[in-house]
Amino acid sequence: MAEKLGVYICGGCDLGKSLDVDALVDFTKKSKLAGICAVVKKNAVLCSPDAVAEIEADIKESGLDGVVLCACSPRAKWDIFRFGAATQVERVNLREQCVWSFDKDAKIPGLLDLMAKDYIKMGIMKLSKSRIPTPETPETNQAILVLGGGFTGLNAALEAARMGRDVVLVEKAAELGGKAAGMLKTFPMSHPYTKAEDTGVAGLIAEVTSNAKIKVLTSAELTSIEGAPGLYTVTVNAGGEQVFEIGAVDLATGWAPGDASYLAPMGYGKYKNVVTTAEFEAMAKAGKIVRPSDGKAPASVAFITDVSLCTKGAEPSSLDVCAPVEPLPDKAPEGEPEVVAYPPLESAKHLAYSSELTSLVALKQAGYVRESCSEALAFVLYDHMMVPGINERYYKAAQDDAGIMLSKATITGVTEDVDGGLIIAAKDTLLGADVEIKADLVVLPTAIVPVTAHQATTNLVYRQGPGFPDLELFDGFVDSNYICFPYETRRTGVYAAGCVRQPMTLANAKEDAAGAVLKAIQCISSANRGVAVHPRSGDLSYPVFNFQRCTQCKRCTEECPFGALDDDEKGTPKPNPTRCRRCGTCMGACPERVISFDNYNVDQIGSMIKEVTVPDDMVAGGPRVIVLACENDAYPALDMAAFRGKSWSPFVRFVPVRCLGSVNAIWVADAVSKGVDGVIMLGCKYGADYQCHFVKGSELCSRRKTNIAESLGRLGVEAERVEQYEVSIDEYDKVPALIERFMTEVITKFGPNPFKGY
Amino acid sequence: MSNNSILVVGGGFAGITAALEAAEVGHEVYIVETNPYLGGRVAQLNQYFPKLCPPSCGLEIQFQRIKNNPKVKFFTMADVVSVTGAPGAYDVKIKVRPRYVNANCTMCGECEKAATTSVASEFDFALTSRKVAYSTHLFAFPQRFVVDAAACAPGELDTITAACPYDAVDPNDTEKTFDLSVGSIVWATGWKPYDMAKLTNLGAGKLANVVSNMQFERLAAPNGPTSGKIERPSDGKAPKRIAFVQCAGSRDENHLNYCSYICCMASLKHVTYIREKLPEAQVVIYYIDLRTPGRYDNFMQKVAADDKLSLVKGKVAKITECECKSPILTVEDAVTGIKGEERFDMVVLATGMQPSCAGSKLPVELPMDEDGFIIGGAEAGVFAAGCAKLPLDVMKTAQTGTSAALKAIQNVVGR
Repeated sequence: MAEKLGVYICGGCDLGKSLDVDALVDFTKKSKLAGICAVVKKNAVLCSPDAVAEIEADIKESGLDGVVLCACSPRAKWDIFRFGAATQVERVNLREQCVWSFDKDAKIPGLLDLMAKDYIKMGIMKLSKSRIPTPETPETNQAILVLGGGFTGLNAALEAARMGRDVVLVEKAAELGGKAAGMLKTFPMSHPYTKAEDTGVAGLIAEVTSNAKIKVLTSAELTSIEGAPGLYTVTVNAGGEQVFEIGAVDLATGWAPGDASYLAPMGYGKYKNVVTTAEFEAMAKAGKIVRPSDGKAPASVAFITDVSLCTKGAEPSSLDVCAPVEPLPDKAPEGEPEVVAYPPLESAKHLAYSSELTSLVALKQAGYVRESCSEALAFVLYDHMMVPGINERYYKAAQDDAGIMLSKATITGVTEDVDGGLIIAAKDTLLGADVEIKADLVVLPTAIVPVTAHQATTNLVYRQGPGFPDLELFDGFVDSNYICFPYETRRTGVYAAGCVRQPMTLANAKEDAAGAVLKAIQCISSANRGVAVHPRSGDLSYPVFNFQRCTQCKRCTEECPFGALDDDEKGTPKPNPTRCRRCGTCMGACPERVISFDNYNVDQIGSMIKEVTVPDDMVAGGPRVIVLACENDAYPALDMAAFRGKSWSPFVRFVPVRCLGSVNAIWVADAVSKGVDGVIMLGCKYGADYQCHFVKGSELCSRRKTNIAESLGRLGVEAERVEQYEVSIDEYDKVPALIERFMTEVITKFGPNPFKGY
Repeated sequence: MSNNSILVVGGGFAGITAALEAAEVGHEVYIVETNPYLGGRVAQLNQYFPKLCPPSCGLEIQFQRIKNNPKVKFFTMADVVSVTGAPGAYDVKIKVRPRYVNANCTMCGECEKAATTSVASEFDFALTSRKVAYSTHLFAFPQRFVVDAAACAPGELDTITAACPYDAVDPNDTEKTFDLSVGSIVWATGWKPYDMAKLTNLGAGKLANVVSNMQFERLAAPNGPTSGKIERPSDGKAPKRIAFVQCAGSRDENHLNYCSYICCMASLKHVTYIREKLPEAQVVIYYIDLRTPGRYDNFMQKVAADDKLSLVKGKVAKITECECKSPILTVEDAVTGIKGEERFDMVVLATGMQPSCAGSKLPVELPMDEDGFIIGGAEAGVFAAGCAKLPLDVMKTAQTGTSAALKAIQNVVGR
């Protein structure tokens, strides 16, 4: 705990003009916690070099272990107010949240002064309940497990080895190389991006197998990954069980060709000479491009990339209820352990998601046709030529070949001709409104379906299950929900790359492999230093459990968005600090309040809230509302609103929280029992396109809110007094209206909290 | 003795990502950014596709990571002048242009109030003006004003200096140069919107109500010149009919000989801006192909379901304007072959991305293609990331930033 504090009140940026800074100093000197405030001072400009030097001198002379700086937002002047690892700093945001956003029309006198006093008391209380965390620094395993020995996995293994890491590469097939090994060529991977080229996979295999740092296991199955980042024990069955101590995992298990029955509307399965690109590639690789019906070389081949006939009515798997589902047996065989079904996430939409590769493959394979026979014709019929970015040049090169006919077309049907050839009916083409095209062979796209659409793959021994949760949001791909942070998923220490993450080209997969390797190394290094990974990178704090009071209710283990907590037979949670992202969702979940962080805990925030002075008479003194604000998005939005000169009710008091997921119901209950008239939770958007940096925090908060409201109802307090609003970081202009809405719809309507004055 | 530190040229999304990823495994990193702020192009965007979330959300996290990591040092208004030495031991000369505002700045804005001269805002693509003492945008990082001394009227700099209550304006600030020793370099200088002036058939940037897609982002942004109102630059009226012209400069050998990757998704995203702010407006997108790869298909399907949106495969041959400043498009429908004229209230040109390096001499020897993309450099210990290397979206930019960081680290630890 910080026990000897210095409190400094700034007079700059209008603070001195709007507030009686001397009076605030006096007030602080006489406050309840004055005993631990060894130094209480004002300064005209607290961020000036002189003022900072003065604080530094005070820390030294008076042996302060914490300073409370009552000035601007903690988001400003962060580089100036730093006093070494042994001195905790609390920033009281008098500028943005108090002076700049003060509603000058407020009727009751002295409100600004009261607000400043509340915030100063809250800041001192908060720091007095905070200590510097001293995390354990486990001896971590440095080796990296690469799952999948295809193009991505081979690249990942080599990149990790180049970083000096030992690598265990697990491939379930007998040979390395994955899908790339079956390709004749790939589309261009480098400048000038005009010619198909060798995949280079043979060279990669040779490099991997001759690298002393890489242990290759083929015909191998991953049995389990047990433990936590930096401390994994991995069991692999490769004709006998082998156990490895692993630091982090790169998931490169790739894809499988989609269920070709989705291609039935275009004649696949019905006509012999309708094949998939996967089948065509195999023919090309074998050097024999022929018609399946008669074994003859086709004189014309049509590549169709428009899959609208097949995807019509298909919904993304997050909405899809029509995906072909393997029927489950009526009864599990007796004596067998219960197997949890992995929901199949493949749908016709995977054809649409593969569009970029579909177009590139069509161009490449049209090239094969032309190379195999100079007389042969290739058609490419597309809805949109999906070659974004630099691959436009590859498309241009194909356009220059007179033997490749490219046209926009919406396919309306494929039928067989008497000679075994095929007739493709199409509309809206560049050749005419309704046309029929005849070809000896029709090649349909192969959907890229990630292996994780059908199985967990990672076999994690985690209480929340073996795989990644909620993959239906990404149609089975182990993708990130975050545009800015493509490697962030819900399992710390496991980083996906290649087509298991998104449909991608080999060039992109190579890049992806490198990125995922760095994330794995970063994770091990963070675990080793006892600090958090993204998004609280470098955070030293970690959840501490008081097991004596735990009732084994399992809420924390179930609600952790990252599956950090396991439990024993009795249900007592087992923390795995290196899986933890420090959001505090467990702390918010715990009804017994046994989970805390050294510098962020239930008692601390609860005590802060109790520092808010609540007038007994709401008419005379005004109501009071506590706003629990997400520090990642809502809090900056408030800062920016203040910068834009917005103002709002002087009766609200903001309390920053790590994430709304960390909000414990007791804070609300305590606030209400103290006479606070309402509580607003201000956090990120939730739902399918959630913006919460901790995935589930704001959503869990909204679910818990319902329970909180019910308990309030039982006490005779209106449920409406607790409300959650979603606010993005850029919705600063909407903040005043949100607060105003609460003040009128709730506070004006229901009047004072019935508990007031008790 | 090799040097473990890494120079990152460019403080946009690719550069910030590369810098942080390397710093978080213990490398000393220097970011050199030419603008007065970090964040690059994404700082100018209203929302990202397909989630329609604000870029400042991710930037806030990145800036927190920078604030909390003493291994990351950054310089704004700074450029690389020269690079000498060899991989593992580079000497880099950096030039920092004068900001005329020191660390005392509290963002109080008194200097801006005192300034009288205004010039076109670079950040808002000249849709509005800024004072000679200014903050580029609300979310600027670092939070510090800039004084554009060169544009000040005689005596104005003194007035501005005197107006600052915190001695933060330093009229004697000068250009400074210093040297950095680094082991690797990440080249992440990003992109610039293709110059509309070069699109002569599309109005050459001179038509009042024809804006670029990046200008449209600024119009829709809450911190933009209209606080997020979509209005015609000529008269401030809300447009009722809006057209998007795709591939304005892209996929064209006379301009940019590649597809700019993001413009189709960006225009579809712009339709969502319009729908939110102008529920009745009619929109037409003229395209060659709608390029919405991967799971972006879901976003395309969702937007395409808008019944006031028409998607027309067609080429816009020409744009002129009528007396009321409404743009008139000459369009040929690619499927029907019908050529005709269409009048709109406002037109958005989906101008492509051009690498910032295009047409400039780099301070370090790097192989570049004819369009200005960096196509090598690894042998020399320089690793390109983001749109300096390829036209990419933000997600792929972050991916290349991370992979470039790994390469940069391998280059210094492998020695």
